Amino acid sequence: MLRIQFRDYEALRAHGEETYPHECCGVLLGRASDGTNAVHQIVRAGNTRTDSAHNRYQISPVELIRIQRQARTASLDIVGFYHSHPDHPAQWSSTDIAEAHWLGCSYIITRIAGRPEGQGKADVTNSFLLLGTSEEDKHFAGEALEILIDEPSAPLPTEVL
Amino acid sequence: MTIHIPTPLRAYTEGNESVSIIAGTVKDALASLVEAYPGLRGNLFGTDGKLRSFVNVYLNEEDIRYLNLKEDSPVSPSDELTIIPSIAGGCLSADRKLDLSSQLSAKSFIAKRRQLA
Ligand SMILES: [Zn+2]
Repeated sequence: MLRIQFRDYEALRAHGEETYPHECCGVLLGRASDGTNAVHQIVRAGNTRTDSAHNRYQISPVELIRIQRQARTASLDIVGFYHSHPDHPAQWSSTDIAEAHWLGCSYIITRIAGRPEGQGKADVTNSFLLLGTSEEDKHFAGEALEILIDEPSAPLPTEVL
Repeated sequence: MTIHIPTPLRAYTEGNESVSIIAGTVKDALASLVEAYPGLRGNLFGTDGKLRSFVNVYLNEEDIRYLNLKEDSPVSPSDELTIIPSIAGGCLSADRKLDLSSQLSAKSFIAKRRQLA
């Protein structure tokens, strides 16, 4: 399960609207325990795939190292990533699984739907947990999103995919 | 020197975020690391013994692939080595024919192929 504050959830969806028709990407910092990745902070990242930004994303390792250092300073870990699918379903693609290597991390995907005026609007958001122990047996499994509104003590009912 | 371990590989380092290793070169450091934590080997190296293509290794702020001496680069005790698997993907499918989520139906895909041929 992925637990995230509503404001972070809204912020990562808004990021996808801003970069539409290109894919956005970012990193989820938090803590992992008992099968739950709890997000404490999201960090926007640049998409280095400027050659094909409408259907590909990549975060530069240098930026990732900087974000990992930021996490360490805050006593947090990288627990996942997010990206958008402009005019494509909020489902992982064969490219997504081929290029996913962070076992145990959550990969959030938001569909951004194009409007006639040209802007994009955040549509469905899903989260997928990368399971397995190696490159050979890795696979994505849909995971529940628990969205917390303001008070961490008052979670919304869990929405199961 | 200090080697930083990414979240997914900490399962093999007893949960440690960083590991201290005494080594003379990057190659020595990685060899000592997998010797101390054998479970890491298959995740870092392919069957050919080379680092897997998606595993980035940075010596301080430099990708070791772009250092003059690459893995033979010397290291000092104050250096930091960071192992960071790549983050990438996208809605473009590696193989459109097999991807049901693709906007192109199989039929239009074939028609498009014919046009191109
Ligand atoms: Zn994707």
